[in-house]
Amino acid sequence: MFDLSGKKALVTGATGGIGASIAKALHAAGAEVAISGTRAEKLQELAAELGGRVHVIAANLSDRTSVDQLVKDAGEVLGSVDILVNNAGITKDNLAMRMKEDEWDSVMQVNLESAFRLIKGLMRGMMKARWGRVVNITSVVGVTGNPGQANYCASKAGMIGMSKALAAELASRGITVNCVAPGFIATPMTEVLTDEQKAAITNGIPSGELGSPEDIASAVLYLASNEAKYVTGQTLHVNGGLAMI
Amino acid sequence: MSDIADKVKKIVVEHLGVDEDKVTENASFIDDLGADSLDTVELVMAFEEEFGIEIPDDAAEKIQTVKDAIDFISANS
Repeated sequence: MFDLSGKKALVTGATGGIGASIAKALHAAGAEVAISGTRAEKLQELAAELGGRVHVIAANLSDRTSVDQLVKDAGEVLGSVDILVNNAGITKDNLAMRMKEDEWDSVMQVNLESAFRLIKGLMRGMMKARWGRVVNITSVVGVTGNPGQANYCASKAGMIGMSKALAAELASRGITVNCVAPGFIATPMTEVLTDEQKAAITNGIPSGELGSPEDIASAVLYLASNEAKYVTGQTLHVNGGLAMI
Repeated sequence: MSDIADKVKKIVVEHLGVDEDKVTENASFIDDLGADSLDTVELVMAFEEEFGIEIPDDAAEKIQTVKDAIDFISANS
C-alpha cells in the first residue's frame, strides 16, 4: 500500500522536524523527492541520510522571487512535480495589541502566499499529467484559534479555505488538494519544556501524549497516495483528540 | 493559415474528445463543444506549446471559438 514509485515530490520546510519526516516517508514509499528550506547545511544532511532519488533546493519563501525560482528549480531537477507538500511555516507570536505590521505580513507571506504561488506554478504539470497531489500543512489552531497567534491562525485558516477552492477547481483533472492539521507535536522546540509545562499541555490531550513528526508524515503519505484519490478539499486533523472537528 | 487551422482543430479534437466534424470554425468551445472553463485554460496552454507563442490572459479570454484561436495564432506566430 501507498506505493509512490515513479512519483516526484517537492517538500518545503524540509529542514524542520515535521518536514524532514514527511520527506523521509515519501522517499521510503519510492518517490523522488526535492527538499527545500532555508538552511542549506541541514538540507544536505537530510539528503545524505536519504541517499539516492533526492535533490536539494535552498529557497527562502519570504521572498517572492525566491518562491518563483523554487518553481523553476523544482521543474529542472524533477521534470514535473506530482506531489507538492506545503509544509514551510513560521510563527511571529504576539498579542494583537502589540503585533507589528511586519509580524503579520511575514507570517502571511511564508505560510499562505508562498503556498499559493507554488501551487499555481506547479499545477500546470499536474493538469497535463491528469494526476496530482497537494498537501498543505495547516494547524489545529487555524480552526480553534489561539491567543497571541492572530497572524498564524489567519494564515492556517486561510490555507484551509484556499485548499477547498483549489480542490473544487482541480478535482476533474485528477488533482486532489487537502490539508493535514497537526496538534501538539514533539519537536526540538518542545524538548526544552519542563516536565510541568509538558504535563500542562498533555493534560488537554485525550491520548495523553504529544504527537510525533512521523504521525504527521503518515497522514501526508496517505493523502499523497493513489489510494486517497477520492479524498479532496479535506482537513485531516492529527492531534490525539485535542480537538475533534 | 490552413496549416494553423488544421493544427488547432487537431488539438481541440484531442483535448475535448469531440468528433472532428463538430470542430467547425465558428464552433464555440464552451457552448458547442462542451468545454468547461478549465478546458479553455488547458486549450490555451496547448496552443502556446504547439505554436511556441505566449497568449496573455486578456487575449485568452477573448478566444472563445475555433476561429478566434486560429486568428490569434495566425496574427502572432
